[in-house]
Amino acid sequence: MFKAKVIIKRRPSILDPQGVAVEKGAFHLGLTNIKDTRIGKFIEFTVDTSDKIAAEKEVTEYCSKLLANPIMEDFEFTLESMK
Amino acid sequence: MKPKFGVVVFPGSNCDHDAYYALKKIMNVDVSFLWHKENDLQNSNVIILPGGFSYGDYLRCGAIARFSPIMNSIINFANNGGYVVGICNGFQVLLEAGLLPGVMIKNESLKFVCKDVYLSVENRNSIFTSSITRERPIKIPIAHGEGNYFADDETLKELLDNDQIAFKYSSLDGKTDDESNPNGSTMNIAGIVNKKGNVLGLMPHPERACDPILGRSDGKMFFDSILNNLN
Repeated sequence: MFKAKVIIKRRPSILDPQGVAVEKGAFHLGLTNIKDTRIGKFIEFTVDTSDKIAAEKEVTEYCSKLLANPIMEDFEFTLESMK
Repeated sequence: MKPKFGVVVFPGSNCDHDAYYALKKIMNVDVSFLWHKENDLQNSNVIILPGGFSYGDYLRCGAIARFSPIMNSIINFANNGGYVVGICNGFQVLLEAGLLPGVMIKNESLKFVCKDVYLSVENRNSIFTSSITRERPIKIPIAHGEGNYFADDETLKELLDNDQIAFKYSSLDGKTDDESNPNGSTMNIAGIVNKKGNVLGLMPHPERACDPILGRSDGKMFFDSILNNLN
């Protein structure tokens, strides 16, 4: 069994209106050094197999076909063995 | 025989009944609801993916609906030249399914925008626009939070080269500028067709502008186009 942790980031070339709006909040907090706020997603789940290569394959397919939209997002993940 | 329309119902669809009403009562055609777990399109000549918030808009708008069982039948139907229309959330589903190019992101203002807009008809030769005879823009309502169309430069060039842009947000006199753009869409894009021209996605709701009792009826010309091309 593996614990998968996925991070999905919007491509740098794609506008992130949410990040821009949130950063306005930072400005109102008086945090003047905060720049380039980008909002992504963190997703975790378990993969019920002992075969790491099979787990990587399945997680890659999950990410590329459903969790992330490759037109506008990039993903990365880690797999941690669970005892 | 009357043409038959199929209106898909996903969990969270909320414009399915509006589409059904406009087609049945105003356009006088046969209509069936198609439940997302089925795969039978019930001999429909035209498929409508309606507006709403399929699967609560979780993950990304349309991302989960795209894997509903009925979508496999719809993808086959579209690939064989069948007419498919995605309205609002339905447009987002078509983008996620890869039947149309590009993606939809949050409105630039971050606000949900619900109002009447003017649309300039960019391509009058499509099966979805050929009966829109009026020169000036048509008035159709929008209601969405994520209608900001985005595509890379290569895709935009293809859309232009193949005359795939069906509708653009415009002013009453047809100007397509930032002022008439309600959501930040690239090039004011409101609706596009696929390369073959049999699949259309649009953010505005023509089904909400068919019954004259509602004070607007420009949407009827849109459905007239489809019907005239079916016959």
